Amino acid sequence: MGSITLQKVSKVFGEAKVIPSIDLEINNGEFVVFVGPSGCGKSTLLRLIAGLEDVSGGHILIDGKDVTDAAPAARGLAMVFQSYALYPHMSVRKNIAFPLKMAKMEQSAIDKKVEAAARVLNLTDYLERRPSQLSGGQRQRVAIGRAIVREPSAFLFDEPLSNLDAALRGTMRLEISDLHHQLKTTMIYVTHDQVEAMTMADKIVVLNRGNIEQVGSPLELYKTPRNLFVAGFIGSPHMNFVTGSYAQSKSAKTAGIRPEHLILSKDSGLWTGTVKVAEHLGADTFLHLDVDGIGQVTARAGGEFGAQYGDRVYLTPDEAKLHRFDDKGLALRA
Amino acid sequence: MARSVTTRHKVTATAAAWVVALIIFFPILYTLITSIKTEPEAIAGFSLWPSGTFENYITVQTQRDYFKPFMNSVILSVGSTILALIIAIPSAWAMAFSPTKRTKDILMWMLSTKMMPAVAVLVPIYLMFRDFGLLDSRIGLTVMLTLINLPIVVWMLYTYFREIPGEILEASRMDGAGLWQEIVYVLTPMAVPGIASTLLLNIILAWNESFWTIRLSTTNAAPLTAFIASFSSPQGLFWAKLSAASTMAIAPILILGWFSQKQLVRGLTFGAVK
Repeated sequence: MGSITLQKVSKVFGEAKVIPSIDLEINNGEFVVFVGPSGCGKSTLLRLIAGLEDVSGGHILIDGKDVTDAAPAARGLAMVFQSYALYPHMSVRKNIAFPLKMAKMEQSAIDKKVEAAARVLNLTDYLERRPSQLSGGQRQRVAIGRAIVREPSAFLFDEPLSNLDAALRGTMRLEISDLHHQLKTTMIYVTHDQVEAMTMADKIVVLNRGNIEQVGSPLELYKTPRNLFVAGFIGSPHMNFVTGSYAQSKSAKTAGIRPEHLILSKDSGLWTGTVKVAEHLGADTFLHLDVDGIGQVTARAGGEFGAQYGDRVYLTPDEAKLHRFDDKGLALRA
Repeated sequence: MARSVTTRHKVTATAAAWVVALIIFFPILYTLITSIKTEPEAIAGFSLWPSGTFENYITVQTQRDYFKPFMNSVILSVGSTILALIIAIPSAWAMAFSPTKRTKDILMWMLSTKMMPAVAVLVPIYLMFRDFGLLDSRIGLTVMLTLINLPIVVWMLYTYFREIPGEILEASRMDGAGLWQEIVYVLTPMAVPGIASTLLLNIILAWNESFWTIRLSTTNAAPLTAFIASFSSPQGLFWAKLSAASTMAIAPILILGWFSQKQLVRGLTFGAVK
């Protein structure tokens, strides 16, 4: 079991209110991602749940039990750190066994569990090595191994992939998702990378300046962002925001249109723009355009859409996929 | 083309390093050479060719017993270093792991005491030693050497402890380690290399310290520094014997240094190079 409830949790560092007040419900077995720009309080929130920081106010409940004042180890959670935080003087085997040893488990039971975890994570051949003799991905797996042997009620991941190169990040993303399907344990995952959030999460919590901007499934956030911040943060490339007469004609202060919802043509369209940069990715082409009377706009075209610097192209926003925001930045729904 | 340039670079750098090393080592080498000259040879002027006599070593040993000052040096250097570590480990620990706003100031203040010329406090310290009956006592000198090296010991340990990443300690807390287990299983193994190089470097510093050891001791507590000094006596300068005594004094520490080069280099770079 691993349901986690935050009730009016706040955190103050000296003068700075890092987290004013947060209420959040995390269900058992969910993969929840905290996402937001750096300094938004997502790591602090995770550390509050872990017990590595004391809350300034409010309560944290795990499976209905108040653990606000409990020590980190007493909460039954396991954490994977950004720097992996492996014990450099211990072999992989001893690293993974450490939490079990601390729990005073019998040696034969420890061996069995460590070997089982090593098999799941493809670490069997590396058990006698030191962390310094492993690659980044392997170190990450050891850190995960150390977390899973404890059979925690929830896993906490603090930007675990940010030290890996892009290719490995993709692989590890799949491995962690796969692990979640196997273990069906609650996972809380902190990242600033919205692609990681979109691909892995059951539920995304978008944070900004210590406040929750929106909670929802990846597609909910993509389709119905609650405000300008979420609209701009979720989705890659970012949503285009258009103000002025076009927005007014849609009775909104700001109109938002995603790059993939602009119809491109070389013959006709609502807007005309000049190509500033064309990024040919093969399957897709991203065009950064200077649109007359609108400004900078990013558009996604098919891979076959040949466009060069300086070309004139026509764009038409797909009205059905248009997002409208009022003067407070909140989304307007039809 | 590029390859030949790098090879030439390497040869030049190696040659330069040898020249510098030789210049630094030369005084020790010359002491060694002089120690196996006869006294007339030694005062005759610069010469790198000794007659190769071991006379001086025998004379030095029969005139003044080498063993006693040697034991004093061992006791003083090891004793003062251990005492300094006992005080410095908890203080460096506290400053590294729970720093306050004043931590940097305290560290700077400690280091500033090393900038004061020792002569400035010679008289008050001499008088205190006299009044407390500490002159020419091993305890007095051990305490003195401890206090002299304490700032450096604290600084070195502080830099080492600072290198231990906080996330590892947090991980051990998440893994269920209590304070005591955290110290035994995680902190100590990671701190030991730093403590070891601090220990080595400070034994050497204490062994070589001569200002206070010569002035605060006469016979009983006199270490090897005083043993060397005693050969420049009112009866005249005996260069060859003085060199033999010096060689005997530096030999033990040279041997210790040779076998612990790796730790020492780490110690001397003050943990700056990872």
